[in-house]
Amino acid sequence: MSLELDIDHTPDRSKMTVSQTDIAIEIRSMNKWYGDFHVLRDIDLKVMRGERIVIAGPSGSGKSTLIRCINRLEEHQDGDIIVDGIELTSDLKRIDEVRREVGMVFQHFNLFPHLTILQNLTLAPIWVRGVPKAEAEETAMKYLERVKIPEQANKFPGQLSGGQQQRVAIARSLCMNPKIMLFDEPTSALDPEMIKEVLEVMVQLAEDGMTMLCVTHEMGFARQVANRVIFMDQGQIIEQNEPEAFFSNPQHERTKLFLSQILH
Amino acid sequence: MSDLTFVRSDMQPALPPPVRTTGAIAWTRKNLFPSVSNGVWTIVAILFLLWLVPRLYGFLIGDAIFTDPEGLRGEACRFEGVGACWAYVAARFNFFIYGFFPLGEVWRVNIMFILGIIFLAPLLIPKAPLQKTAALMFFVVYPIVSYWLMAGGEFLGIPGTALRTVPTNQWGGLTLTLIISMIGIIVSMPLGILLALGRQSKLPIIKWFCVAFIELWRAVPLITVLFMASVMFPLFMPQGVNPDTLLRAIVGICLFQAAYMAEVVRGGLQAMPRGQYEAASALGLSKPKTMGLIILPQALKHVIPGIVNNFIALFKDTSLVSIIGVFELLNTVRAAARDLDWSSPTQAVTGYIFAGFVFWIFCFGMSRYSIYMENRLHTGHKR
Repeated sequence: MSLELDIDHTPDRSKMTVSQTDIAIEIRSMNKWYGDFHVLRDIDLKVMRGERIVIAGPSGSGKSTLIRCINRLEEHQDGDIIVDGIELTSDLKRIDEVRREVGMVFQHFNLFPHLTILQNLTLAPIWVRGVPKAEAEETAMKYLERVKIPEQANKFPGQLSGGQQQRVAIARSLCMNPKIMLFDEPTSALDPEMIKEVLEVMVQLAEDGMTMLCVTHEMGFARQVANRVIFMDQGQIIEQNEPEAFFSNPQHERTKLFLSQILH
Repeated sequence: MSDLTFVRSDMQPALPPPVRTTGAIAWTRKNLFPSVSNGVWTIVAILFLLWLVPRLYGFLIGDAIFTDPEGLRGEACRFEGVGACWAYVAARFNFFIYGFFPLGEVWRVNIMFILGIIFLAPLLIPKAPLQKTAALMFFVVYPIVSYWLMAGGEFLGIPGTALRTVPTNQWGGLTLTLIISMIGIIVSMPLGILLALGRQSKLPIIKWFCVAFIELWRAVPLITVLFMASVMFPLFMPQGVNPDTLLRAIVGICLFQAAYMAEVVRGGLQAMPRGQYEAASALGLSKPKTMGLIILPQALKHVIPGIVNNFIALFKDTSLVSIIGVFELLNTVRAAARDLDWSSPTQAVTGYIFAGFVFWIFCFGMSRYSIYMENRLHTGHKR
């Protein structure tokens, strides 16, 4: 790992505007247990609209679980999570509302292997938002062009490389026109060459002003794109800071140890 | 650079020609005699075929009686060393196909067959035109029309459409085998899917009902189910209420097969990775839509071999209804074997060979079709 972002153009931070007043996600003293195991402890986090947050930490520190609570793939037991003004409770209608506004990209892509790329992209807009098929396909092609693989539209996921599949997965989320994007280790299952093509798409998204929460080990991405880096250990947020300060001057012992191990 | 050189002074002896790697001899050596033990087995197999094939040929074709031009009936096949008595099968063919259905009304059964083929073909051929219409016709209109054609009476109570009434105990032969298995397949499949989904439900009442239903039906043999349906069931019914024997048997078969189908489908559901559920949820798809659009299409594709296995078993199990006095194909063949007019040494055997062959044709067809579907639906790794 390094602090250099290995992509062809330098991310333009001036385009990435952060709202000062508009809150996208608010988490207040949230706790979660798996049985007796206390996975998340007293999480407090406020994400403004347009923020790009990178969540780092050793494995098992609860970073994936945290972002999976935001679209209720995991249920929290205590505290409040408010996404885009909607409080997450066990009310299914609210969960569906939140999920419509929050896109998610997974480590293992999770494309639908029995559908073509185009069908993967149009399925949710058609069946969840009720968009007419022709319009959904038009939108899908627009996003496929944006992730630079429009020629793959009629292939099946199994015929694409890992990097291409992950770009399709990002495009699939974007087709729902989400206000917030969650990335759960989007490059961890990819070869180095493919990591680059996926990161390029993510940088482009950031430049378009998307609110992003990324669990990632790509420290180059964290330094050049994120406006805040959060460090987690044992279910707690130990430290958070702007990337420059986070990398040059980590406060906590655990953070220093982690950075010394991950950066060469 | 050295100035050492080598110049050959005499001819090398010629090498033997290389072992052939193509052609009939090479093929024989490679596939039939690659080693001593394999060679021995090849010879044993050839000897077995030399013994078997002439006998089979003699019985089925060489010594067989195909026609009965002089109208001798059983006499024609009653001699020493006679082969199969195909003339008997030809003479009783209508009985094997239609059972006791009145001969003058057989055209109704034929129309039902033809309509069935017309409506079913577009559903079996991928990308055939008018599939939605065909599905509507086959699953909704066709059963109603078929019932009218088979049972007679007025079509939906419309005056002037009355056909001669044929009670179900006159239905029979291959017709009845196909009717029972078709209904069995069409009913048990969706029922099985519902049971499999119910078994995974988080609602305890639904879950335990499905578990109890599946385990109960899987724990009893089909013969018991059929006996219960035909003998015990009427005892529990109030006087005067006595549903048709055939109907009771069909309901029994459907429920029995649904329990098996449910377990096959459950196998497919359990093989689905959690990521597929999560991706669907993250996109905002509701539970039923996730099931219908993402999970079931993949899960069912994975278990096509198991599903078709059940269909084939069901098709063959229809012959068990003969024990409660229903004349499906095998029972008509057995009944005809006692026909004194055609009495001959090979009468019964020929009938059973015919029945076996008919069963084999349908089962083999289903098996081939399932392989074709598996290949067509395979999208995972094909490049």
